[in-house]
Amino acid sequence: MISAVKKRGLRPNNWIPHSVFTLLALSCVIPMLLVVMISVSDSKSIVERGYSLFPSLWSSAAYQFIFHSPKLILNSYGTTLFVTVVGTVVGLLLTAMIAYSLSRKEYKLAGAIGFLVFFSLLFNAGLIPSYIVFTKYYSLKDTYWILILPGLISAWNVILLRTFFFDLPQEVLESASMDGCSEMRIFWQIVLPMSKPALATIGLILMLNYWNEWFRSLIYIDTESKFMLQFLLYKILLNAELMMKDSQMGLSIGTTEFPSDSARMAIAVIAAGPMMFVFPFFQKYFVRGITSGAVKG
Amino acid sequence: METNALSQTVPGVRKVSRKSTLRKNVDYTLLALPALVLMIVFNFVPLPGIILAFKNYNFVAGIFGSPWVGFKNFTFIFSTNDALLALKNTLVYNAAFIITGISGSVLLAILLNEVLSRKMLKAYQTAIFLPYFLSWTIVAYIVFALLDNSKGMVNFILHGLGFSTVEWYFNPQYWFWIHVILHFWKLMGYSTLLNYAYILSVDPAYYEAASIDGASRFQMAMKITLPALRPIILINFLLALGRIFNADFGQFFLVPLESPALHDVSSVLDTYVYSALRGGADLGMGAAAGLFQSFAGFVLVLAVNFFIRYRNGRESAMF
Repeated sequence: MISAVKKRGLRPNNWIPHSVFTLLALSCVIPMLLVVMISVSDSKSIVERGYSLFPSLWSSAAYQFIFHSPKLILNSYGTTLFVTVVGTVVGLLLTAMIAYSLSRKEYKLAGAIGFLVFFSLLFNAGLIPSYIVFTKYYSLKDTYWILILPGLISAWNVILLRTFFFDLPQEVLESASMDGCSEMRIFWQIVLPMSKPALATIGLILMLNYWNEWFRSLIYIDTESKFMLQFLLYKILLNAELMMKDSQMGLSIGTTEFPSDSARMAIAVIAAGPMMFVFPFFQKYFVRGITSGAVKG
Repeated sequence: METNALSQTVPGVRKVSRKSTLRKNVDYTLLALPALVLMIVFNFVPLPGIILAFKNYNFVAGIFGSPWVGFKNFTFIFSTNDALLALKNTLVYNAAFIITGISGSVLLAILLNEVLSRKMLKAYQTAIFLPYFLSWTIVAYIVFALLDNSKGMVNFILHGLGFSTVEWYFNPQYWFWIHVILHFWKLMGYSTLLNYAYILSVDPAYYEAASIDGASRFQMAMKITLPALRPIILINFLLALGRIFNADFGQFFLVPLESPALHDVSSVLDTYVYSALRGGADLGMGAAAGLFQSFAGFVLVLAVNFFIRYRNGRESAMF
């Protein structure tokens, strides 16, 4: 593609795009960096210079505080990890299963089920009726179930993966079928291994959604230990004392005062961290997905 | 393909394949079942609950036991200032998001196409895509680190430059622009890439011909790239139009940090429905606002799809 650009044989007038994108790139990176810098700033430095990219005094007190830390944060880290892993694995599996069956031409119910999937994209009951049904009739309030179950299947993911399955080489599947392979065996032993890039994409989307989830904690969860990390993070931003609340350890960090500003930001760093690790992989698949979709459309 | 042709010509094989078709359909149903059950339980069972919008809800009696009130909830919410403000904000914000989002991402995609160094191209893409992966909670932290009244970086810079500082979280007049900028900032990576991918699919021969004719890069952008992007611009516009009654709850709920001073500039239909659920208003009215959102969105999406089909033909429509 780049060579195609070069083929245009033009002398690039490059300073405009480079300066625009340099500014934009900085506008994306610096705010994140600011959060990281505050997390390693000493309280004195923050009092003196406010939140700054260049703290005058460094300190790891915030991280020490978190790592011995209040049960609250460890609990919600555990909850988030659990919900994300279970949600991603199970969600990916169920999405692949329904998407595969919907991609098969011989499947008589594909039209009807496909319509249901599509309809769920277009119309939903809305927050209040759903809330009443989930809490009053299913009794899912304040359970781990409510954090996991509603996020497992998303119509977009099903449609995306189904499109991918359409493009699998049908001859391979047909010949396996002629050789007496059952559909189940074809799905598990041929389709799934052949679809690793697509499964990785959907898996990463699910992972991102679960890891960044906070809304269901806001409306369904009452017990603090079951809060998802992003939601706890929000509560802490509103009220830094929440971190201190059940910590027996305000004393054991060594500094006389509790590093509330830097500790808040340190939790943000820890909460965003894992996603920043998978982000480069994610981006690669994502870009490919967007690109092929756009070119097709 | 050959094996398929064989099964149609040899009678014995066909019989086997009919039996196996049934077997296959059973297998497909088993594969689809768990996901289907989840969708029914979480998306379809709550659907009858929309009748709540026509009822005066009372928790003890439940959705079905509560008394009917007809369209009273609808007429009432759209005569209250709160709901009207939420409706107005939702529409105004979405209009601003559509205008800045589409024009900005088209402009950035055209500029990105001018970046020839592969390394820089990748670096820029990665950087501007970063905010897309951050949760709104983290964004709320970032905004706080920048705008906090006493310690925020922006105020320290303003102070250092000799300007007076601003109590951002107490001053609603700036927040329209803060929301517009944030929305653009978070989504620019995604939408720019979408347009950029589309530009890459333009036949390079057009550009070669134009350069032989002595066209400048600006002329090429205006006369080749922009017209080539027209279909995707139209589709993005219409898709956004279909979602014009919905706002990103995370942005409007989390980022203002529940500052009462910012309520009026951060109230959208989604936050209105949430506050109804939390006891700020009547549940029936909240459900009515939610149903209005769902239904108006549904009608708009159908209309938009019809329009795309009419203008651009079947393939480019969503369904």
